[in-house]
Amino acid sequence: MAKIILKGVEKRFGDNTVCDGIDLEVEEGQMVCLIGASGAGKSTLLRCINLLETIENGEILLDGEDISLPGLNPQPVRRRIGMVFQSYNLFPHMTAAENVMLAPRRVYKKSRTELRPEITELFKRFGLADRMDHYPDQLSGGQQQRVAIVRALAMKPEVMLFDEITSALDPQLVGEVLDVLRLLKNSGMTMVLATHEMGFAREAADKVCFLKDGKVVEEGAPSALFDAPQHPDTQAFLARALK
Amino acid sequence: MSKTNAAGKTRRQIYEDRLRRRSMLIAGGSTLAVLLSVLVLVPLAPGWDRVKASFFNWEVFAKTFPKLLEAFKLDVAIFLWSAPAIIILGLLVALARDTRNPALFPLRILGAAYTDIFRGVPVVLTVYLIGFGIPGLGLPRPWNSPYIWGSLALILTYSAYVAEIFRSGIDSVHKSQRAAAQSLGLSDGDSMRFVILPQAIRRVIPAQMNMFIALQKDVALLSFIGPVEIFRQAGVYKSLLANFTPYVGAAVIFLAVTIPATRYADYLMAKQNRERS
Repeated sequence: MAKIILKGVEKRFGDNTVCDGIDLEVEEGQMVCLIGASGAGKSTLLRCINLLETIENGEILLDGEDISLPGLNPQPVRRRIGMVFQSYNLFPHMTAAENVMLAPRRVYKKSRTELRPEITELFKRFGLADRMDHYPDQLSGGQQQRVAIVRALAMKPEVMLFDEITSALDPQLVGEVLDVLRLLKNSGMTMVLATHEMGFAREAADKVCFLKDGKVVEEGAPSALFDAPQHPDTQAFLARALK
Repeated sequence: MSKTNAAGKTRRQIYEDRLRRRSMLIAGGSTLAVLLSVLVLVPLAPGWDRVKASFFNWEVFAKTFPKLLEAFKLDVAIFLWSAPAIIILGLLVALARDTRNPALFPLRILGAAYTDIFRGVPVVLTVYLIGFGIPGLGLPRPWNSPYIWGSLALILTYSAYVAEIFRSGIDSVHKSQRAAAQSLGLSDGDSMRFVILPQAIRRVIPAQMNMFIALQKDVALLSFIGPVEIFRQAGVYKSLLANFTPYVGAAVIFLAVTIPATRYADYLMAKQNRERS
């Protein structure tokens, strides 16, 4: 069974339907990229999967278990699903290491001394070994975003969600963050990305979904979707995005 | 490469040095002129001698000042035990008003009513009501002390203001911070305690300092219900010596505390504004 299954997910903000009956399956270890114009519902969909938003209709299954059940305690689910945001959202009053250790300390009741070797390893793996004790405002955008990824990974999630994590970065810093994503994919992490990096989606994704007005217009392997899009909306979007 | 003269300065620096010297000269000159005219003209005003004798009598000042300073210790003491209570109560009220737990809904209403009432009533009225009224119920010693009930009146009033400032600080932390904390699986309580509150408190420190400067002054209101603090002591001397100079002395002592504190709060505020821009 797929790791994540979305069935007819509907999300409205007032009269505005942001997700309009979305079906999606993400297999274990797959990287799925959501593409589409701003406002197509990519970010909202990720926030729904992480239960930061509640959905009006449909189901979200994690390992076959309905996590969108109204009234379900979201905290245990969120521990299994890490999320990284466009604007990093590091805690500015804590060092990088403290940012990373906070949730494992509070949720898994581990001590700093217990965690330190473990997270030092993570920082090293993502090229941040000498940045552990820096505050977020002493780090570049790319470094901050990598710390945010490490922070999510420290909870040992089964799935990672990435919400346009390179959109706020200077072009020369995008590469270092994409490298981290490649590293994660190779380690077998199940990942869902909302992204505008078409080149990266084509190269690294197992599946690409094109969203428009809250609906999945077309999905498929990157080679199929990018090279031979079937739907006229996909063709129009890609013609503009790949120019 | 920039051209420099013998002193190693660029023409821009020379020009700006000249401008700076010029404006300093003008500022200094005009300040001196105003000061001189005040010093010359005020003593020439009709009745100046009477004003001087009544408000700025050096002998009275020198005689009463040490005792006033002694009495001011009581103001400081009342401030010192009230301030921590205000911080704690203010924070609790702010958190109560932010709670979303339905079981705690009464607390939320109570918090709102509390801040509305105590911010809406003049401090002096609260001081009279609680500081006079409650000991007047015939409580046994030491529970009838005006120190206890007067301080409580100040604590209740100032906690209401301090709570609102804390609340504005909590609201000012961007909601993406809460989202990030939640996405990590932290509980609402932990998100507040470790992520939201530390940022919120830091942001409102200058505003809270201004509240505590106001509190330091309002301690003098307790003089109405008994404690012989500096304002009351000055009043005693005023009656004894038929001279207002002790009040001026008391004002000098207050200013010696409040002006540096205000400047420091302003400095913190300016520093924060710079950091955020």
